[in-house]
Amino acid sequence: MMSNQNKPDLKIILEFSAGAELLFGNIKRREISLDGTQKWTIANLLKWMHVNILTERPELFIQGDTVRPGILVLINDTDWELLGELEYELQPNDNVLFISTLHGG
Amino acid sequence: MIAAAADSFEVEKAKLCRKIAELQAALNAKDQKLRELQTRADNYGAEDEVQFAPRDKHEALSNDDIARYSRQLILTDFGVSGQLKLKNSAVLIVGMGGLGCPAAQYLASAGCGNLGLVDYDQVERSNLHRQTLHTVSRCGMSKAESARIALLELNPHCRIICHSHLLNSFNAMHIIRAYDVVLDCSDNVATRYLLNDACSMLQRPLVSGSALKLDGQLTVYCYGEHGPCYRCIYPVPPPPEAVTNCGDGGVLGAVTGTIGAMQALEAIKVIVGFGDVLAGRMLIFDGNSCQFRNIKIRGKRPNCHLCSAQPLITGLIDYELFCGMNANDKDNALQLLGPEQRIKVLDYHNLVAQTVPHLLLDVRAPAEFEICQLPDATNVPLAQILDDSYIQRFAEQLKNKQYPIFVVCRRGNDSQIAVQHMKARFPDHSIRDLEDGLHGWTKLVDQNFPIY
Repeated sequence: MMSNQNKPDLKIILEFSAGAELLFGNIKRREISLDGTQKWTIANLLKWMHVNILTERPELFIQGDTVRPGILVLINDTDWELLGELEYELQPNDNVLFISTLHGG
Repeated sequence: MIAAAADSFEVEKAKLCRKIAELQAALNAKDQKLRELQTRADNYGAEDEVQFAPRDKHEALSNDDIARYSRQLILTDFGVSGQLKLKNSAVLIVGMGGLGCPAAQYLASAGCGNLGLVDYDQVERSNLHRQTLHTVSRCGMSKAESARIALLELNPHCRIICHSHLLNSFNAMHIIRAYDVVLDCSDNVATRYLLNDACSMLQRPLVSGSALKLDGQLTVYCYGEHGPCYRCIYPVPPPPEAVTNCGDGGVLGAVTGTIGAMQALEAIKVIVGFGDVLAGRMLIFDGNSCQFRNIKIRGKRPNCHLCSAQPLITGLIDYELFCGMNANDKDNALQLLGPEQRIKVLDYHNLVAQTVPHLLLDVRAPAEFEICQLPDATNVPLAQILDDSYIQRFAEQLKNKQYPIFVVCRRGNDSQIAVQHMKARFPDHSIRDLEDGLHGWTKLVDQNFPIY
């Protein structure tokens, strides 16, 4: 999708692991293009995901305006809590990984 | 004629073998009960005395030790001092299942001097594909006891203490205090919080592993000055409906084995004090693509309710209440439907015998449907009920409100979810679910119908 000619799309990678992919059409890795003319925080990204790619039982992914307890969010393999959580501003080629916590054994 | 006779011999043989296995399991269970009663009567509280008897402090390795552990003794990072530390150490393994078995196996064979094994459960046939210390002949026996037998065969020098009961808020501190390191090989959220809180309060490193399907996760909590506890990472428990256990989701033994073996490795590193312990990091294993990912997780949470300077939690709490889930991985029967929306398996069986026309929808996943199914069943996975795609597929049958529709699943939980959803759309149709599902069918109608 081509947007503003001066500002290209913001391309990032979304990954899902340990069952989180089941809520997103069972696809573990996606390359997505966001509108590059605006600023994208994780908070905006979650809304975008909810509207565009979240296919099953949204309550198992989103609670209020953040992810539900038990899902870890990693930005470039680092816990989002170390990077500003919802306020983190996405950069080109960022990798955002959502992991469901496992409890079985 | 001869072939038919041979066939019937085979059937008879199979029946007898199964019967013997069942009797063996029942015998083991009774043996176990007797042992427990005897221990309790003979020396009430003796377990605690054993546990708190001063551990032998070894100052040197025996010749047997040197021969047995030679391949690891020559490792620069490990060496004689590492072996001695291991020999003098005590490790508690909570859960003798898919993670606990390999972890215990590697710790015992590496020469860990004292191992505590916690499991309230008994060995079942469906455990054996991943819980590799247990055997067919020990079905029905306490898992801790069964593992103890296997481990002593591997290494008779290891002192093994069985705690064959559920770890809870009343006994956890008492038990954990006697050990240096704890392995979380449990299978439920409540036990994970319980272990974390006890380990944090007692300052015991907690090597935490988990696995489901083809995925595994591993990290070390409560380690070092900056290492987070489980609550730093997960301050709030997940909603119960987001938690899948191995019985429902499935799991491959080689995956629990991978994680369990690495739990043993981290425990050895913690005890001996070499290498970079996996604290403040988490190992994510995707068995499907065979990829390991090492992610950086946060350190201690400054306002953690448990491990910060101003804790709100200073004693163990009721973890089943806190999590809204039981401290086991057994399934709870849902109660979504009224009795008029359900049918007993025996009544359904009578309907079938009278050849009453009906539709039987089996809402399990295709892989489960393939294992076994009732003769009249059509496979319609729950997702196809919930997204309403079933409506088009069964438009013909749905035209007639009186046409009986039945829904079945493995245990009678998903079938209720399906009926509830369908009833919302077709309130006046005759739609009911089979109470207790296929498990009920095996129990009450056909004992030869397989159970999984």
